[in-house]
Amino acid sequence: MAKRSIIPFGPQHPVLPEPVHLDLVLEDETVVGAIPSIGYIHRGLEKLVEKKDFKQYVYVAERVCGICSCGHGMGYCEAVEQVMEIEVPARARYLRTIWMEMSRVHSHLLWLGLLADAMGFESLFMESWRLREKILDMFDATTGGRIIFSVNCVGGTLKDMDRDMLAGICRAADEIEQEIHPVMETFLRDYSVQSRLKGLGVLKKDDAVLLGAVGPMLRASGEAYDVRMLGYEAYGDLDVEPVTAQDGDCYSRCRVRLYEILQSLRLIRQAAEKIPDGEIAVPVKGNPKGEYFARIEQPRGEAIYYVKGNGTKNLDRFRLRTPTTSNIPPMVELLKGCQLADVPLIILTIDPCISCTER
Amino acid sequence: MTDEKSVIRPVDKAEFLPAVIRLKKDRWRLAQICAVRIENGYEMSYSFCKEYQLVTLRLVTETEEPVPSITQIYPCAFLQENEAAELFGVPIEEVDPDYHHKLYRIDAETPFKEKG
Repeated sequence: MAKRSIIPFGPQHPVLPEPVHLDLVLEDETVVGAIPSIGYIHRGLEKLVEKKDFKQYVYVAERVCGICSCGHGMGYCEAVEQVMEIEVPARARYLRTIWMEMSRVHSHLLWLGLLADAMGFESLFMESWRLREKILDMFDATTGGRIIFSVNCVGGTLKDMDRDMLAGICRAADEIEQEIHPVMETFLRDYSVQSRLKGLGVLKKDDAVLLGAVGPMLRASGEAYDVRMLGYEAYGDLDVEPVTAQDGDCYSRCRVRLYEILQSLRLIRQAAEKIPDGEIAVPVKGNPKGEYFARIEQPRGEAIYYVKGNGTKNLDRFRLRTPTTSNIPPMVELLKGCQLADVPLIILTIDPCISCTER
Repeated sequence: MTDEKSVIRPVDKAEFLPAVIRLKKDRWRLAQICAVRIENGYEMSYSFCKEYQLVTLRLVTETEEPVPSITQIYPCAFLQENEAAELFGVPIEEVDPDYHHKLYRIDAETPFKEKG
């Protein structure tokens, strides 16, 4: 009979950039259960909405997390704008979309580097992060910041891009697209990578839906759900199609993110070509009264921003349901039946963001 | 652009669990759970998603009134239900697993319960 034991995994672990703890129930080397535990970096940021002016709160929302910063600011603004029935100028919608897609490329390249590092493939890690630097340079050139750049405001954006900047973005997108192909080839065809990822941590389509998975984790199981299809910001004017895979394993999740990088680069170019002239923000008068659920597709998946205003400058409630909150329950199910040595890779392939989850 | 695919449906406590079971049978995905503190109680919002439709069941309860857990129907609700219990003090019954206010490692008890 197999010997049953419980071992702690995390909160500090080489593959985890942020703290999360799991109690792994093992029978010999096989995981039969996993109990997640978070709470090491809870900051209570949702509560701050009661003390900050609803316009100031954009800066707090952007600081929920570094990687998802632009999206959090945008999602919060989108929810407030809907409550206040503010018509955001078309140019601002395009600018937000361009920065959002740059954030997606940034996030996926960061994740690919972490994945390569977790597999011990250091040159692939360095190559992924070298490409990521180009995106950070694009942020720097267009916003003055590399990670948290505070470009969103209620009613539009705080910064604009001139023609030279837009042309520079398109050139950088072309360069990344050319240079990413060898990286993609390695992730998709290298024997070592395939042997570590294929057939590992399989999440079937029905399970993915019922366990609440979102983002690349859901799409890698064959469910074509991408919130950008709702057409918010400028996505209604662009060619967006959910990127999917069918096998639901770690390899499929990697594949979906790789192809989403190419899709994002294409969307950046499209948006840069189509962006109309005009204002980047409209004046905001009055205070929000009412409620709204805004949904956006963050790099890690669907995020939901709920705001409830009472007619004063302070909102009654802001709630952020992050993609990782939804992806932890399916991750726990995936761990059941895997080998102890595979736990880090399975956890990594949900691309967990604990800062977002704990807020 | 307004999300026209999003609707909020008020439900009373007797209708709540049967409504959730129907959504589960129809393959709706649990999208989010949100607690809001209102005068003398809580406003609980349970959002479910299918394709691009978002339906939110709105349950209003009194402060000490037990709220049934939906983890027996949607096991993935455990994180968000534990969060509502720990931060707002919503008395959610039969959450599985129940972290007993130890999900977040914070000193304050139900810090979101009172305004300000």
